[in-house]
Amino acid sequence: MLKLFKNLKPYSLSVILVFTLIFVQVMAELYLPNLMSDIVDKGIAKGDTSYIFKTGAFMLIVAAIGVGCMIAASFLSSRIATGFGRDVRKKLFTHIENFSLNEFDRLSTASLITRTTNDITQVQMVLIVMMRMMAMAPMMCIGGIIMAVSKDPKLSLIIVFAIPIVVGAILLVARKGIPLFKTMQKKIDKLNLILREELIGVRVIRAFNKQFDEQERFNSSNKELTQTAIRVNQIMAFLMPFMMVIMNFITLAVIWFGAKRIDAMSMQVGDLMAFIQYIMHIMFSLIMVSMMFILIPRASVSAARINEVLETSPEIKDPHGNKLETELQNQRGTIEFRNVSFSYQGAAEPAIKDISFVANHGKTTAIIGGTGSGKSTIVNLIPRFYDVSGGNIFVNGIDVKDYTQKELRDKIGLVPQNTMLFSGSISDNIRYGNPSATDEEVAYAAKIAQADEFISSMPQKYDSQISQGGTNISGGQKQRLSIARALVRKPEIYIFDDSFSALDFKTDAKLRKELALETVSSTVIIVSQRVSTVMNAEQIIVLEDGKIAGKGTHRALMENCPQYREIVASQLSEEELK
Amino acid sequence: MSRSQTQDLQMKKPGGFGPKGSLGMPAEKPKNFRKTLRRLIKYLSPYKINLIIIFSMAVLSTVFSILSPKIMGKATTKLFEGFILKVQGIAGAGIDFSYILKILAFLSVLYILSSFFSYVQQYVMAGVAQKTVYKMRKDISEKLARLPLKFYDSHAHGEILSRITNDVDNISNTLQQSITQLISSLVTLIGVIVMMLTISPIMTLITFVTLPLSFIITVAVAKKSQKYFAAQQKSLGQLNAHVEEMFSGHKIIKAYSREEKSLKEFEQINEELYSSGWKAQFISGIIMPLLSFVSNIGYVLICVVGGVLASAKKLEIGDIQAFIQYSRQFNQPITQTANIANILQSTVASAERVFEILDEPEEESDESATDLINNVQGQVEFSNVTFGYSKDSVLIKDMNIRVEKGQTVAIVGPTGAGKTTLVNLLMRFYDIGGGKITIDAQDIMSMKRNSVRSIFGMVLQDTWLFSGTIKENIAYSNKDATFEQIVKAAQTAYADHFIRTLPQGYDTLINEQANNISQGQKQLLTIARAVLADPKILILDEATSSVDTRTERLIQKAMTELMKGRTNFVIAHRLSTIQGADLILVMNNGFIIEKGTHTELLEKKGFYAQMYYSQFTNSNSKDQAV
Repeated sequence: MLKLFKNLKPYSLSVILVFTLIFVQVMAELYLPNLMSDIVDKGIAKGDTSYIFKTGAFMLIVAAIGVGCMIAASFLSSRIATGFGRDVRKKLFTHIENFSLNEFDRLSTASLITRTTNDITQVQMVLIVMMRMMAMAPMMCIGGIIMAVSKDPKLSLIIVFAIPIVVGAILLVARKGIPLFKTMQKKIDKLNLILREELIGVRVIRAFNKQFDEQERFNSSNKELTQTAIRVNQIMAFLMPFMMVIMNFITLAVIWFGAKRIDAMSMQVGDLMAFIQYIMHIMFSLIMVSMMFILIPRASVSAARINEVLETSPEIKDPHGNKLETELQNQRGTIEFRNVSFSYQGAAEPAIKDISFVANHGKTTAIIGGTGSGKSTIVNLIPRFYDVSGGNIFVNGIDVKDYTQKELRDKIGLVPQNTMLFSGSISDNIRYGNPSATDEEVAYAAKIAQADEFISSMPQKYDSQISQGGTNISGGQKQRLSIARALVRKPEIYIFDDSFSALDFKTDAKLRKELALETVSSTVIIVSQRVSTVMNAEQIIVLEDGKIAGKGTHRALMENCPQYREIVASQLSEEELK
Repeated sequence: MSRSQTQDLQMKKPGGFGPKGSLGMPAEKPKNFRKTLRRLIKYLSPYKINLIIIFSMAVLSTVFSILSPKIMGKATTKLFEGFILKVQGIAGAGIDFSYILKILAFLSVLYILSSFFSYVQQYVMAGVAQKTVYKMRKDISEKLARLPLKFYDSHAHGEILSRITNDVDNISNTLQQSITQLISSLVTLIGVIVMMLTISPIMTLITFVTLPLSFIITVAVAKKSQKYFAAQQKSLGQLNAHVEEMFSGHKIIKAYSREEKSLKEFEQINEELYSSGWKAQFISGIIMPLLSFVSNIGYVLICVVGGVLASAKKLEIGDIQAFIQYSRQFNQPITQTANIANILQSTVASAERVFEILDEPEEESDESATDLINNVQGQVEFSNVTFGYSKDSVLIKDMNIRVEKGQTVAIVGPTGAGKTTLVNLLMRFYDIGGGKITIDAQDIMSMKRNSVRSIFGMVLQDTWLFSGTIKENIAYSNKDATFEQIVKAAQTAYADHFIRTLPQGYDTLINEQANNISQGQKQLLTIARAVLADPKILILDEATSSVDTRTERLIQKAMTELMKGRTNFVIAHRLSTIQGADLILVMNNGFIIEKGTHTELLEKKGFYAQMYYSQFTNSNSKDQAV
């Protein structure tokens, strides 16, 4: 957590100021009992009313100074903490935006989202509390001790006995409570897991008539959680009353021993009253500090999670200096894989091994194979979402590592397997591929992608809003929009990663026909599991277990590639094999 | 967010001394506060005796702690008297130690009792609170089992989940802490006033001067901060949405090099969040210093007026001390009550959400329906069946089909055509609107749901396995199955081989995301599960894209094996299955648009024919490059 607090540096002056203000406020607060004792000892004892009024007015001034400081401190600490939250959030977001897919795989998208949102909020909240309470508590504690000692050093010895008892009690409860809190969290997680399973699997559960078994499973977990929760709360129930007893007994001790000291004429009554109030301040600040022990571990978990992200450096970096070679000008979009291998992080087996092929300008190269055969991996390597583990990939004759990421990706129009649209209008989404596209270009791309029909049937046409995740349009419509998004870019390379799966057959056929005309001067890569989608490509690459099992046209592969024949046989009936 | 933060703060202050940051945050308002509260109280009614104990303990504990300052004041007064006498040099005068000792001893007893009562109260409350939420969770779980599928299909899982976890948690925390706090706050308020009055009415009046002041401050600040909290909440929501969208779309952002755009938007929202955030924090943060200032004004007033009165011998010195303590105690419950009112409101809102689930309409009881028909053959008939998910959209109208024992029905159509509708009707996940469905000539509406469902076996594409061992998952349909039976089922489903290659074999734990086995393997397991269940009628979904070719062939073989000798409803993707089916139902946009055999449908030259040709024939023509 301390590491993360380094981001407070731009606020260091404010932080110092906050501490100073709180210090003044604590001093003011502690000075009040002192003045009160003066009223008792000098005013009441001597019956001096004007002295009482004078001191009273002075007390008001002191109190006003205290509150002024505290408000100023609150103002500053709010700005510091939220500013800190803003800065870290921005830093984190910017950092994550530079991540390659590798880091996303490793840290998981969901977890990155929580870290950028909840974890930062958590740390920010603790920071505020820390600046308000934690800065105050130790000062109050130490200040209280100083004041108490200055009032009567001998009587202050009581504190020496009291503090270990209070600290001991806090530690005892913490030691018993914290493991139980952890167990409780585990049991809550388990209950949630069961519940989630029941919600997702409701059809299966009912189909097998297992409602009652599931209920039992939930309930036994529910029971376990309840038992632990009762235990935890029973232990916590002990803490506060115990603290109160100790504090009250300390007060009694102060009165008793104070009385003795007064009897010996070495202390005044007002001093004793002030002393009691100091003791109260000290004890309360100790309890406040103990509260921090509950707060800090939570926040430090969040801080550690944030730091982990910040310390992860993106694997893929842009090259330094200029490209050594010049691009091939006449065959723009040509892709060459030369002995490419790739393993995902932490995977035992490489996802693809020794892949070599050339995808030529103006031609369509199709990649087919089962799940896990490495199709999508190949596609992800071209825009350099990942770096190859071995071999080289060339685009226009230049290694992809020698381009800046932007340069390389500007050549590519990618239509990914999972269509992802952003909230915004339809034209915003299409224009995402090319911010400078005119309305005509957007409409043209939509037309080729077979999207114009459904767009014009919507009430606001191209200005229709798409909700987050595109939940208000169908899967097929999403796919068509994401194809239009790639088309409006007019790229040198098109990559269609299983992009026609949600289209009905008629639309699919029509789209591919128009697409073919549009892409004549580009390189096209199509990934699919459907034979009917790939069979007309100039080059088909058959993948099996990450290796190329065959390469050629449909006709050639039918003759010499058993794996291809197998796929075809599983999808087409006998009569179509002719 | 605001709710969970309030909750966090709650948890952090076991005794109520924690940060008071939650004050001023807008609480969610329940729709019907009284009704929900009454119902919530009903949940507590089995613990009447415990609650009476808790309440009386809370009252006693508070009363004792209120008594003590006045008694302690007596000790101080005695001290002062003795001291003054001594100063005045009266011979033999001194502090009356035996009197002080008596008072201190009395106070010790009071303190111990007060703490003891407060401990007992918290201790008993732990049981009551947790048992109450236990009952609540149990009720929800039982309710969920009685709710129709319609409920599950129309509610987001996350939302249901959050009601059972977050909302119930919220209730539990409030029961544990806030309720007794509320009681002791109220008792303190009344008690302190009474005590102060018995000491000195004039001084009490002076203390009261500060009362409206703290009230006004609390209300004004809370009002003001709500505005900023709402703005903060809004920005936070926007920020979360943006982050979620950008991170999920990371690949697209990279592919189209639009990092800058995303960053710019982020910065704008982040800046807005900052500006509303610090204001909300600041304003809610000044409430405490302001109130403590008011309490300090009271403190000074007491010292001054008390001092003047004491010099005039109209007030004892110990009474001043007692008043100082009382006035401190007096201001605390006011803030606390305001705070608790907020918490209580959000708790009742939580309870309302929980009760909403409990009030959802249930499936009609089928107690009186007939049990299982013996020796089911598996003949299924739809006569004049009408159905729609809502009243105004009829998807199936007057459907008549007859499926003989051992026949196969193929259901085809594009993705999202509503092929699961039929499954929903057959399994009685949804009830039909008109007509009837019979199995072996018996109306399924007259049978118990469980009986109907036990006739069917189901192998769907979204394979559902629970976190448990493979063995347990296969034996899901039959807990008493022997290990031999399980292995045999796995063998029939071609799953035995891959199971044995796993390190723990049949005892391998399927983890939460079930990502330790592949999608295809999961499907094989669900087939094994169906094999063991040995149903008369089978509903299955043929494997499509997400499975590799080799596993796909295994699944296909296993399914063919499983289908033998049963009546089958197949959501079909494979031409060979479709062509061999006794009946094909063609679906589109939720409707059954055509039905018949393969040849009949081709002759009809309708949707099916078009689909068939565009998929398989067009691709052979050479005019397509892609």
